[in-house]
Parts: sequence; C-alpha cells; structure tokens
Amino acid sequence: MAKLFPKSINRLPLQLAVYLVVVVCVATAGVTYYMTPKYTRVGYAPIQPVPYSHAKHVGELGLDCRYCHSTIDTAGAAVPTTQTCMNCHNQIKTASPALALVRDSLQSGRSIPWVHVHVMPSFVYFDHSVHVNRGVGCVECHGKVNQMDVVTQMQPMSMGFCLDCHRAPELRVRAKADVFNLDSKTIEAAQGIDAARRFVHDWNIRPPQSCSGCHR
Amino acid sequence: MRTLYILTAFAVVLTVSLLGFRGRVFTHPPMDVFPEWAFPGMKYQPKLTQQTPSAFFSDGRADRVAPPNTVASSYGPAGQPLRNDSFLYQGRAPDGTFARGFPPVLKVDMRFLNRGRDRFTIYCSPCHGLVGDGNGIVKKYGMGAVPTYHDDRLRKMAEGEIFGTITNGKGQMNPYADKLAPADRWAVIAYVRALQRAQIGTVSDVPDDRKGELGIK
Repeated sequence: MAKLFPKSINRLPLQLAVYLVVVVCVATAGVTYYMTPKYTRVGYAPIQPVPYSHAKHVGELGLDCRYCHSTIDTAGAAVPTTQTCMNCHNQIKTASPALALVRDSLQSGRSIPWVHVHVMPSFVYFDHSVHVNRGVGCVECHGKVNQMDVVTQMQPMSMGFCLDCHRAPELRVRAKADVFNLDSKTIEAAQGIDAARRFVHDWNIRPPQSCSGCHR
Repeated sequence: MRTLYILTAFAVVLTVSLLGFRGRVFTHPPMDVFPEWAFPGMKYQPKLTQQTPSAFFSDGRADRVAPPNTVASSYGPAGQPLRNDSFLYQGRAPDGTFARGFPPVLKVDMRFLNRGRDRFTIYCSPCHGLVGDGNGIVKKYGMGAVPTYHDDRLRKMAEGEIFGTITNGKGQMNPYADKLAPADRWAVIAYVRALQRAQIGTVSDVPDDRKGELGIK
C-alpha cells in the first residue's frame, strides 16, 4: 500500500506548535505596542478653532500659564474665558481674521468650541490644584507647551503613567517657584535625590496608591 | 510552513506601515481601544462637569451662572457668607466714598506682600511692567498707552479706587475680578504701593546696616 502522507508530516504538529508560539508573541507585541495610550493618544494635536500659539504667547512673550489658566491652582479645569483673550486683543491685532471667532464669541456670548486634548475618562477624578500646589510642574504631564504652536499630547495619561509618579514622587517634584516654569529642572535633577526626598517629606507629599485615590 | 511565515511577516509589515510608530503627530480623534458602543457608560458618563458642553441648557454649557442676588453658603476669607463688608468687597467706606488703607480683616504683612507680588507678576506685569512703569511686554506688540504708577495722581489715589479699577476695569482695561479673588486684589494693591514707594526712595531710606551692600557710607 502506498504511503498516504509523506514522512515530513510527522514534524507538522511540532512546526505548528512553534508557529503558534511565534504568532502569539507577535500578536502580544502588536497589542502592547498599538493598543495602549502611548500609541493611541500621544501625539494627538487636534486643529483648534482659533490658531492660538502657546509658543508665541508663553515662549516669546513670557506670559505665565496662570494668566489664562487662572483657576488651575484653586479650582481645576480652566479653559480661559473669551474676555481673557480680549484683555490684550481689544487693542492688538484687532482686525486679524484668525481672531474672528474670538470677537464673535465676545459679541454673542457663546463659547469658543475649543477641542479637548487631554481627555480623562469620567471615572478618573483628577484635580490640578493639589498637584501644582505640591510641586508637580505643568511640564510633567503637558510637556513643553511653551514650544508648541499646536498643543500636542505628550504623555499617555494612562493609569501606569499616573502610578509611576505616585509611587516615586521624589523623581518628579520641583521647587514651588518652578512649578509653572516649563524650562525648570526637577529637584532631583538640580540638587540630587536627597534634596528631593527632603522636599517630599517637608511638604508631606503622600500620593495615594489606593483605587479610591482617583476612582470613586 | 514557509508560506505561513511569509504571510505572517507580510501581515506584520502591513500593520506597521498602516499604523506607523508611537509618537507620530495626528489631528484626527484618537483611536478608542474600548469603544463607547461596546462598553457604554463608563468612560463618558452622562454627568455634567466643569466646562463641559450640555445639550440640556439653551446656551449649550454645563456651567451655570448663579441667579442675581444669590448668596453663596460659604465664601470669602474666614468663610464670610455674606459679601456685606463694603470695604473688603467694594473698596468703599461707610459713607460711599473710596476707602483709604486696607480692610481690617486682612493682615498686611510680608506674606501678604509676597502674595501680591506673585499675583501682580502673573496678571498685571504683562501690560504694566514688572516695576509698574507701564512698559510691559505687550507694549512691543501694539498695546496702547498704559499709564505708569509713578505719578502723583496714582500715588495719592485711594486704595479703594484702585480696588474698583481691578474689579471693574477702566478704559481699555478689562475687569480682573474673575482672576483675582478680593483678598488677592488687596494683596496686589499692597504690592503696587510698595512699587510706588520703591521708585521715590532716597539714600536716607536705606537702613544704616545695609548701606555697605550698596557701596554707600
């Protein structure tokens, strides 16, 4: 009787098993690389209705973050009011077409439809004030906004990202005077880890690591 | 078997070329790995939070403005519920004129002045300049005439009138009441007074033990 299968078939189960391992590894690598916020969110730079340049206003003019984001150290969310733009633009570039929407907003009282860049899920309760009042600089999460013409998300803002810092705050804190200075160094980088540990101790920085710290 | 590996490699190359690498800059809304239609109600809960849109109200905003004559249950320094301190909240003396000096509920000390310097640097210096001479950075970009603090009119102006200017604006200057709480406005005024005093200082103002630092005898 002629052989139904060639002899090489004997190796097939092993070959398939090896292939399966390879495929699982490749798929795992793909999911890890592509299905986390490091890929899906970092680099998000939506086109805003008004082409406001932070590089111009912060980097060039040297405005403080809080001039516009004025409630950030007391109340949190702080997309500036239209009036804030008009504090200067009632006299500067009053006819600029780029500002047409701002002038309309002031006339009509309707909000400028800014596009939300750093979106937190509803189940995350994040508060800016406790962070900026305890030495976490804007730059830690938002990157060097003072060099951005278009605001771009620089950090994944994933739970792992939050926890990295909550577990080791001494690596990220900066002096209170440097919190809103996007070009400043962390205490750890400027004065070493001992000074940073002392700051964390003196300011009683104990970031929560329990679920209920951020989720309710 | 070899064909299978080649196909897999092809799929990997296709995926990488379609999806690119981490850190690319993009303008379209981010990909949602757990989309709302499959996992509803968690990431985007139908609750209203600060500065979010709402289809319920006619102006499309979730934030509401308090109706006129509403009294907040706790507000102001020391939890003063009613804003009935006309000196602190309007800068007015009991007879309705602009008050001079600072409200008695505020303690004018170094800490208060430092707070004033901090707020002044953020909100006032872009136009008025760091020393209050009216030469802020925005002047280079076409801001009109900004008055200097260093003339007799403003040196003699009542603190309450300055408070009124910060609160309600004046001329081309918009109100800053939304950015500076009443106590902060007074802190800024204290710092402005310090700036004014500094510009008319003389050698006799320098304490004897510090004169050496300036090279004067």
